[in-house]
This record gives sequence, structure tokens and C-alpha cells, in this order.
Amino acid sequence: MYNEIILDHFRKPRNVGVIEDADGVGEVGNAVCGDMMTFYLKVKDDCIVDARYQTFGCGAAIAVSSMVSEMIKGKKIQEVMEMTHKDVSNMLGGLPPQKEHCSNLGIDAVKKAIEDYRAKKACNNTSAVQK
Amino acid sequence: MENKRVYFDNAATTMVDRRVLEHMLPFFSEHYGNASSLHLEGIKAYQVVEWSRNQLAQLVQAQPEEIYFTSGGTESNNFAIKGLARSSKKRHIITSPIEHPAVLKTAQSLAREGFTLSFLPIDNKGIVKVEELESMITPNTLLVSVMLGNNEVGTIQPLKELSLITRSKGVLLHSDAVQAVGNMPVDVKDLGVDLMSISAHKFYGPKGIGALFVRKGTNLLPLLDGGEHEQGKRSGTYNTPGIAGLGKACEIALQEMDEFVPRISTLRDDLINKILHQIPEAYINGDLKNRLPGNVHLSLPYVEGEALLLRLDDAGFAVSTGSACSAHNLKISHVLKAMSTDVLCAQGSLRISLGRHNKQEDIDAFVQVLADVARDLRQMSPLYRASKEGDRHV
Repeated sequence: MYNEIILDHFRKPRNVGVIEDADGVGEVGNAVCGDMMTFYLKVKDDCIVDARYQTFGCGAAIAVSSMVSEMIKGKKIQEVMEMTHKDVSNMLGGLPPQKEHCSNLGIDAVKKAIEDYRAKKACNNTSAVQK
Repeated sequence: MENKRVYFDNAATTMVDRRVLEHMLPFFSEHYGNASSLHLEGIKAYQVVEWSRNQLAQLVQAQPEEIYFTSGGTESNNFAIKGLARSSKKRHIITSPIEHPAVLKTAQSLAREGFTLSFLPIDNKGIVKVEELESMITPNTLLVSVMLGNNEVGTIQPLKELSLITRSKGVLLHSDAVQAVGNMPVDVKDLGVDLMSISAHKFYGPKGIGALFVRKGTNLLPLLDGGEHEQGKRSGTYNTPGIAGLGKACEIALQEMDEFVPRISTLRDDLINKILHQIPEAYINGDLKNRLPGNVHLSLPYVEGEALLLRLDDAGFAVSTGSACSAHNLKISHVLKAMSTDVLCAQGSLRISLGRHNKQEDIDAFVQVLADVARDLRQMSPLYRASKEGDRHV
């Protein structure tokens, strides 16, 4: 059912983990639908310098999170915001049709983490001004 | 990469026993006659059909003329339910929510044609509530269909108690017994069933052959019209190699039942105990006592079943899961849902079904690997982290 690229990422997921002092955290999915992903980002000069994640989900969900973590590391935030689930699916050599939704999950989690980063940054700037 | 494979999916299908295969082979190219033909080639084929019918009848304590060969469990279930529906004016069927799709979808198909369906409630161990049956039966009730051994959580249903009620109410009782026959003692007289579905590949016979037991005097119409085989109830040229294999599988099951059942049950209980002791928060689904000899069904919260299955497959173990992600419809198992299993447990469910070829060393090696895989996947699960943080806050 899964191709070799997907199986490789599933068997040896890259960049698994939690960043305790992350600049942005994004969580999507829930246990009911069977997939849940949390992405942690470190950002420097509008660039993603580190990306880690935790994933509860099937083989495809784990492979997607691993691939996404590799795709976004070192990229400018703007570039990442332009990535689509199709890009992830293509990089994985295509997901089985019923698993296509898993690729959304990875991209959505990262974009949510970026929004979180931006919100925190805006908040910090505001508090800096207030001082 | 490990080359040794351990097959723990015997509820899905079993390996054809070597003795069964050898018994089948002559019926492909030596005794290849049509069992309905009158010449020697035909007689040879006919003889094995009747020999097999006798073997199966002995295995389930039926009369040979009460056995109708079919293509397997799905056809037998369709034949029983639709065949009865077509022979009666009654329009109400009672079944259970944990039946195999071959029963559920058949009943739903009749519901679209105007039948009324009722579902006998089940408890959280996965056993039907017998006491609810009597009040559900109406004068319009044709049939109660409840499986003998559940294919997912392995629960043995109280058929004997159900039959006391159906008999007293003049309602027929069908049981999908494909998981049970050949794997535990089954006696149609003792159970009191009127119809019972049987499948050879669930007990070391070939795929594509099964049977329906129909108690003498039960009126059901055929699904397949044609050359009037099987007393006019099931047309189609006899699948003699398959029937020969089914017969041999029955003969072996009958001979070895006394050795097989206690041995597999002991392995099963050992596996259950080891899982509960060695894997934190593991949970066994179903009933610990009323359980198919080879069935272990567990839940590992915080991890997802398909991921577990694939990791175990990589380590050399073939198992099965009821998680949503593994299903083509992306829904969690209807059995676990009907049992009101916690959704997190349902997602992390695994079925390990032991068979004749499994050994103690397979069990020991499996528990070790399962513990490692569970730890590894939990380590990367946000749900596991959340639960541990929750613990810390308490």
C-alpha cells in the first residue's frame, strides 16, 4: 500500500521531538479522527532554524510529519507559507487516495505553528513598546 | 532485516494444513470428474463430496443431509438470511451490532427491500444481552442471527440461551460460526441453532469453500438457480478439490481438538498475562472467559493501530487492527464502537489470533517486540505526552 519513500520515513522518522522553548507551536487533529500532530518551530531572521514534532497516527501521518520537518528546515517563513499539501504528497512519491488527507495535517500543523510564532512576536513587540 | 515470520492472523485466514493439501491434489488432475456424472470419474468425485459432508456433519454433530456446500462464509450468511427471507412472509429480522459485514450488510440489504431490522444490545465485553431478546420478538419476526465467535474481540455468544428463547417463540436462529467451527467444539444440537455458517479456510482448509448447516425441515429458497445441486438448494458444479480439503480439515480438527484447544488457550492466556504485566496501560478487550481459544484483542492507548501493525510487520509479526486509519472507510471498528470502547483505545487496537503453528517462543518474542514498539510510538505521541503532563499536574 505504501511506497518505499513513505515506508522509509515511517520506519525512521526524522526530527522527532519537542522543543521546550519553541518560538511557535501548532497542533492539529484529534484522537477521534485518529491523527494528531504537534509541530514545534525555532525561528531566526524569518527563517525556520529547527523543526520538531510529535505525531499520533497511522503510517502515512508519521511519514508526512517526518517529510514536512525536512522540507521546512532552513526555509524562509514566507516560502513555507506557500507550501501546499500537494507538495508534501509529491515529495513522498504520492499517498494512497484514502490517506491523502494526512498530508494536509502536516502542512496545517506547521502553518498553525507559524501563526503562533507571529502572534507571540506581535505580542512581544506590543509589550516592548509599552515599556 | 529479520527473515523469520510469525503469523498471528489466524482469524483472517489460516495456512492450509499439509495433509489437507495432499488430500486435495488428486482432485485437480486425477479424479477430475464432475461429481454429478455417472461414470467412474464422476463417481470418484462424488465419493469425496459425500465423504467430506460426513466429516463436517460429524464435526458439528449434524446429519449429512443437513450440510450444504457453498463458496464460503459470505455465501453461507447470504444464503441463510436471504434464503429464509424469500421463503417466508414474516418481515422482521433481529441480529447483533457486532456481526461480520457478511451478516450486517445482508440484513441491511433486506431492510432496503422493506424488512425491519432490530439489534440485540451488547454489553461492554462484547456479549449480547440474552435477556433483551424475548421482548424484541414479534409475530412478524422471522429470524434471529447472532454469531458464535466474534471475529474481532473473540467473544463467544450465548447461542444455547438464545435458542431456548427462539424455540419457544417459533423463530429461527442462524449463527455465523466461521471463527468457531474447527477451532473449538461446536455441536448444533447443543447450541440449538437452525442454520449455521461454516468456512474451511478458518481452520486450515482451503479458501473458497464453506458450508451452511440447515436443520431438517427448515424451508429456505436457493440464491443460485441452475443445475439443482445440493438438493436443489445450491446450484453450481461441485468444487471437488475444495470440498475434499474441507472434509480433511474437518477430520483433522475432530481428531486433534482435544489437544489443540487447551494448548492454544494456554498460549492465549499466557500472552494476555504477559501483555498486561509488561506493557503499561495495555487493555484487553472482550471477555476473558468466553473467548475463542486463539483470540487476543488489546488496546494500547496513545498509539495508532496501523502504525503498530506496520512496525510489528517490520519485526516479523503478522497481526491485525481495528483502527480507523487502517480501514478503507477510515472508521473505527463497528464492534469496538458497539462495545462503547474508549475512542483512544479503539484507535490503538490490535488483534493477535493464534493458530496451530504458533509456539511459546513466538509469544515470548512477540511481547518483547510489542513492548519496544509501543514505547517507541508512545515516545513520539503528543497524546502520550499530554497524558503524562496531566499526571504531573494532578
